[in-house]
Amino acid sequence: MASPRRAAVVGANRIPFARSNGAYARASNQDMLTAALDGLVARFGLTEERMGEVVAGAVLKHSRDFNLTREAVLGSRLSAATPTYDVQQACGTGLEAAILVANKIALGQVEVGIAGGVDTTSDAPIAVNDDLREVLLEANRAKSTAGVVKALAGLRPGQIVPEIPANREPRTGMAMGEHAAITAAHWGIERTAQDELTALSHQNLAKAYDAGFFDDLMTPFLGVTKDNNLRADSTVEKLGKLKPVFFPAGGDKAEATMTAGNSTPLTDGAATVLLASDEWAAERGLPVLAHLVDAETAAVDYVHGDEGLLMAPAYAVPRLLERNGLTLQDFDLYEIHEAFASTVLATLAAWESPQFCKERLGLDAPLGSIDRGKLNVHGSSLAAGHPFAATGARIVPTLAKTLHQNGGGRGLISICAAGGQGVVAILEA
Amino acid sequence: MSHDWYSDFVNSGVGRAIAGNVGLPPVPKLRRWEPGQPLLSGAALLGTATANGRVAKVVRAVLADAAVEVHEDPAAPIGGGSSTSKVAAAVLDATGLSSPRDLAAVQQFLTPVMRRVGPSGRILVIGDVPAAAERPAVRAARRSLEGLVRSAAKEARYGATVNLVHVADGAENDLESTLRFFLSSRSAFVDGQRLDVGTVPGYAGSSAGTDWDHPVTGKVAVVTGAARGIGRTVAQTLARDGATVVAVDVPSAGDALAHTANDVGGTALQLDITNDGAGEAILEHCRRHGGVDIVVHNAGITRDKLLANQDTDRWNSVIDVNLNSQLAINDVLLASSDDDGFHRGGRIVTVSSMAGIAGNRGQTSYGASKAGVIGLVEATAPLLAAKDATINAVAPGFIETAMTAAMPVGTREAGRRLSSLTQGGLPVDVAETIAWFAQGASYAINGQVLRVDGQNYLGA
Repeated sequence: MASPRRAAVVGANRIPFARSNGAYARASNQDMLTAALDGLVARFGLTEERMGEVVAGAVLKHSRDFNLTREAVLGSRLSAATPTYDVQQACGTGLEAAILVANKIALGQVEVGIAGGVDTTSDAPIAVNDDLREVLLEANRAKSTAGVVKALAGLRPGQIVPEIPANREPRTGMAMGEHAAITAAHWGIERTAQDELTALSHQNLAKAYDAGFFDDLMTPFLGVTKDNNLRADSTVEKLGKLKPVFFPAGGDKAEATMTAGNSTPLTDGAATVLLASDEWAAERGLPVLAHLVDAETAAVDYVHGDEGLLMAPAYAVPRLLERNGLTLQDFDLYEIHEAFASTVLATLAAWESPQFCKERLGLDAPLGSIDRGKLNVHGSSLAAGHPFAATGARIVPTLAKTLHQNGGGRGLISICAAGGQGVVAILEA
Repeated sequence: MSHDWYSDFVNSGVGRAIAGNVGLPPVPKLRRWEPGQPLLSGAALLGTATANGRVAKVVRAVLADAAVEVHEDPAAPIGGGSSTSKVAAAVLDATGLSSPRDLAAVQQFLTPVMRRVGPSGRILVIGDVPAAAERPAVRAARRSLEGLVRSAAKEARYGATVNLVHVADGAENDLESTLRFFLSSRSAFVDGQRLDVGTVPGYAGSSAGTDWDHPVTGKVAVVTGAARGIGRTVAQTLARDGATVVAVDVPSAGDALAHTANDVGGTALQLDITNDGAGEAILEHCRRHGGVDIVVHNAGITRDKLLANQDTDRWNSVIDVNLNSQLAINDVLLASSDDDGFHRGGRIVTVSSMAGIAGNRGQTSYGASKAGVIGLVEATAPLLAAKDATINAVAPGFIETAMTAAMPVGTREAGRRLSSLTQGGLPVDVAETIAWFAQGASYAINGQVLRVDGQNYLGA
């Protein structure tokens, strides 16, 4: 079989990310995804154009949004003849969506597609609790008035307490931050190192804005023109004053390292990325920023095993490197999603650890260290914020544009996700 | 946009009666252009002031091509009517004047015309270029037309306009787009103005084959400041006329800009035009369309302050956005490739202002920048002629926008009523003029500044 072609990253659009319950408090996922799509349509002149597909998703989703992406496309200026589907892979959603579209392009099944993601923790779905739900469903099933009355007679005051979605793992009951705190403690990731990474993320993102880097990657929304979590004047000293908020279960609270500063805040936002065949781009005189070369997804057993919840990328990357005959050092840029500063540092520590690489990855030698000057050079989630499903569609174009600006090169994307999963990919320009 | 309640009132049944009795000025409803509209809503009178007239033949041909019923004997009855029936337009070939005595012929043609031109009628006088005359008597006669036209415009009623076109020697056959603009409702708010045709030597082009309903078909047009206001309307108008529009505005206006771009099926370019490399960024973006044909420098800001209170940061921001950015972008356009840059035969249209001609209290920086635009146009015109390209400017007067809606009531009402058309213009009036300059058929119009102000008395 002839090797498939590589999908091109042509461009992107996202709305600025906003801290939860702030500027976008009244915007729905559909509003934000539609706005992000319309900005993309405007940038590339896609009004009434039929895309091969639009693939996007959200982590926190109302039941009415079962066809979220389709609804967003119907509300956008794209042709209504554009098919869509929703995906959901926690924080890996945006990148997985890009991989799915890219794979169809690679196989020649579509010429152009849009991948994206959106999330709001402000306009979150609130469900009735299971007790109440059972009563209501029973009443709905009743065939007589008496049956309805009988079913409703089962109502109790406690049942009206709603279920609000929480950033918790269903199987452990622990917050993601608590999981990350265990991993941070396991790898001995120090507070200062986390704060340094955080300050750098803010400073890098601020510099990118000043340089106009996002002028062709972003469109303002509801009066917000920049990610409003960004603190351009962030320093290690300021971050050092924050109190820890996540503690490893059973660990020493005095040794806790993870603060609201070096953890990503809950964020609202949407991002989209335009992928196409080289031919499609060339016909329209559009540049190819980079190609998506390959991707890999891994999962770890954080429930019964002893691996950290967010450590799956540490497994995915070596498999991806092996398949592509590359070493960890063969990259010009690295984009490692900053769910928590400690997650990035624990992942890097794992790749540097001979023991981890031998025992967990089955490698004779550790993957080794990376040049930290090549990591998240335009800032990442600690500064920009992290609307779960949107992050991948933020990172892909950020890396692609940087590679393009550098006149070429190879970049690695690594995104950890809830449920012990991780999605990684290689871009080349 | 602030609603014009006065206009509503005097145009209502009872309002019209009251206004008539107490002498309130009427507010005519202006005929405005829409695709498919005939050039004129009725017949036209055509006159010649001298035996040496050289443009009547061309006017006759253009009107015939536009299927307009033309009468050259003012005493002849029109259609089923009489010799005093209303006409939609009157065109006078006033070329060939040899002394001020010849002006009597102009008067004799125009006197009956003033009563015969109907609502939103058009009176167009075409004369020779005064500066091209060596003999004082000839130049005086030619120059007189301007005073006559400007005065007549103040007398015309019911939305009728009176304008003057100077045609250079040898440019008789290059008048078509100009005639069509001034006679059509595209020029609804252009009144009492003068335009020179063919005065910058070396021009080239043709109006043959122009689709007058879509005169910029196939062209790529960049419009700066396109997110809102007049710029947004310019984008819509150029798109309506057939162009592919690249809408440019600052990144912070990106959401409104995307709306404009999607509305006109064009593309959005978020760019601060004062950035170094802004011209290159525009050309880079346009490469996807194969280059650019039309650039409309519409982006502008005001930072109004009395000169006594002015500070240099505010001053510079106005000069940078309104003037320096245009100069820098034009340099890049001029130096670019004919193939995938600013195309041969391209058009630059920029926006000056009444404030740049007459000045405005509190607007020293804005007035300076907008007067500077006129200098820019005059100096750039001959440079562009080498590329068969042109540059022209519109100078809007009181146009109903969010900016004028924010004015105090007194200032706003004065701005509206103290003009020959007794109303504010609409953004589309400015856009129509820009779109006309942008036509390929307007190849002989270069270095011109045309006011779109309903002949505003402020700084007339």
